[in-house]
Amino acid sequence: MIHLEARQSPSRLMGLLSPVLALALTVAIGAAIFFALGKDPGRALAVFLLEPFHGARALAELGLKATPLILCSLGLALCFRSNVWNIGAEGQFLFGAIAGGGLALWITTAGVPMSGPLFLPLLLVAGAAGGAAWAAVVALLRDRFHANEILVSLMLVYVANLFLSWLVFGPWKDPNGFNFPQTVQFASVTEVPRLFRGMRINAGFPLALVAAVAMWLFMSRTYRGMQLQVGGPAPLAARYAGFSSRAAIWTTLLVSGALAGVAGAVEVAGPMGQLTPHVSMGYGFTAIIVAFVGRLHPLGCILSSLLLSAFLIGGELAQTRVGLPSALAGVFQGVLLLSLLGCDVLVQHRLRWRSAP
Amino acid sequence: MSGLDLLVAATLSAGTPLAIAGLGLLVNERVGVVNLGAEGIMLVAAVSGFATAVATHSEWLAFGAGALAGGLLSLVLGWLVIWLNTNQYATGLAVSIFGTGLSAFAGIPFVGRRLTTGGHHGIPWLRDLPFVGPALFRQHPMVYLTIALAALLGFALHRTRLGLVVRAVGESPASAHALGYPVRRIRLAAVVAGGALCGVAGAYLSVVYTPLWVEGMVSGRGWIALALTVFATWRPARILLGAYLFGGVTMLQLHLQASGVQVPPQFMAMLPYLSTVGVLVLISRNPLWIRLNMPASLGKPFTPGA
Repeated sequence: MIHLEARQSPSRLMGLLSPVLALALTVAIGAAIFFALGKDPGRALAVFLLEPFHGARALAELGLKATPLILCSLGLALCFRSNVWNIGAEGQFLFGAIAGGGLALWITTAGVPMSGPLFLPLLLVAGAAGGAAWAAVVALLRDRFHANEILVSLMLVYVANLFLSWLVFGPWKDPNGFNFPQTVQFASVTEVPRLFRGMRINAGFPLALVAAVAMWLFMSRTYRGMQLQVGGPAPLAARYAGFSSRAAIWTTLLVSGALAGVAGAVEVAGPMGQLTPHVSMGYGFTAIIVAFVGRLHPLGCILSSLLLSAFLIGGELAQTRVGLPSALAGVFQGVLLLSLLGCDVLVQHRLRWRSAP
Repeated sequence: MSGLDLLVAATLSAGTPLAIAGLGLLVNERVGVVNLGAEGIMLVAAVSGFATAVATHSEWLAFGAGALAGGLLSLVLGWLVIWLNTNQYATGLAVSIFGTGLSAFAGIPFVGRRLTTGGHHGIPWLRDLPFVGPALFRQHPMVYLTIALAALLGFALHRTRLGLVVRAVGESPASAHALGYPVRRIRLAAVVAGGALCGVAGAYLSVVYTPLWVEGMVSGRGWIALALTVFATWRPARILLGAYLFGGVTMLQLHLQASGVQVPPQFMAMLPYLSTVGVLVLISRNPLWIRLNMPASLGKPFTPGA
């Protein structure tokens, strides 16, 4: 019989190995699903896991989809480490998209004179402000009224979705758009500059990498960052040391909201070029998985963002190439996180063989 | 027939899935486990129930399939959370994300199909009374069963030995363990039972309430049901009250839209979510009140002998 035995101290090796084990488990389960659906598991897995990495163009798309994931997951990693359960990054993303999209729309329709290098900082500020404002609602209700941040942040996702829908069906609708729920195409000056000619990856990607390094320095090298994270594993110790839990709520929510908002703004002024009801592919929710698979570590989040970005692209490819529904990507995301949580047991425990009693 | 009786009837019907799921989540939380997977569980159960109803034309088998799906998913959640001590929030979110993906995937063949079950419901003789007949006595049997379930749960939790043990496990697992109760098994049983109820709620949505399968059709009801347990301060009767309140808000919103009130439909549709936030704010304002009522071990893992 196998049984679990507590380790003296958590295993660092297992901490790094557990996401790899979880991925292997997910691949195995994925192969079983493909087999059960009557598809060749080898071919289907290749489409899902290898093709997103194949060639320069594919890698550019991978980075493009990873950009919002990196930005959102960085903030969530900070939140989760500080025991603040913001699961509404999707709503904060949407409000960043609304703020950034609104700015671009105003410049487009009002014909404001603008230059690209001036617009990008404005866009980032608008996105950050939009996302942070939406997260501030959560922080306020949590801080002032003790309302559970999980439920409030999630409810606000639905509200944000409906608000965006109202904008693009109503006041912001393109008058010449054949009644489609979308704004006009933004002026080209508002486009986030692309990195390479002919590929959609844009300046958002290096920006996200810089943000990840900055977050890493903040979390591991500053006193403020340490203060926030003590509250997660040891709330009593944090209180004894005089670290304010109120400050933790506000800081983490505002920072993660701003990051998600930037992601939304860069998405809408980057590959989208207009506001539609479908600005997000569920980036805010996928980022929750990204954060955990990345070990709640900013640099780990970069790697896991690339992986989950491959899942998203793989889902789309699976639809066109193998005739499998893209909803499978969602199944894989869930399986990956569940496997990871299971494998994480090995960080604190070891497996021991024991003859049956 | 006036409008009011129909509004009352619609409110009861809309509140019922929230009530069933809320009662299930209450059972979970009473033993100390927060099930953030409710939304995903309800979605998988909704599609399982719908598929069963399409195949068998039986609502009751559909409810059974929903309960089975809900029970199985919560078995996974319970095993991870109770035996492997994984973080309850993260695990619940994982189940929700998995369930959302799985239901979207499994539901593809059922999009746009209609069910042929249904028909006349209600209590003979009472259903023909003026006003109260159409308002209260022409409901699906599940509506009445839900009320009975709330009463039964209230009685079982507070008046029976089993209820005392369940509450003890949630309040102080260490004491329950010291008394010789198998804490982890009791927790798992409660988690599976609660998940099965969430499953029935999901099946009710797709088989009776809409009756259609649409991707993501639970649209936040799992999360609202979670909020209901806080609103109800973990008491079954108040879950029922809260569920009908939310059912009323949903129905009022549709009613106002139909009567041509000049407010964009999107703002109307925000009402259930905004009222959830409002209710949470009102009820959580006094943290002492919540702490007094909340099961003391909620969200905390327990390892016997550690």
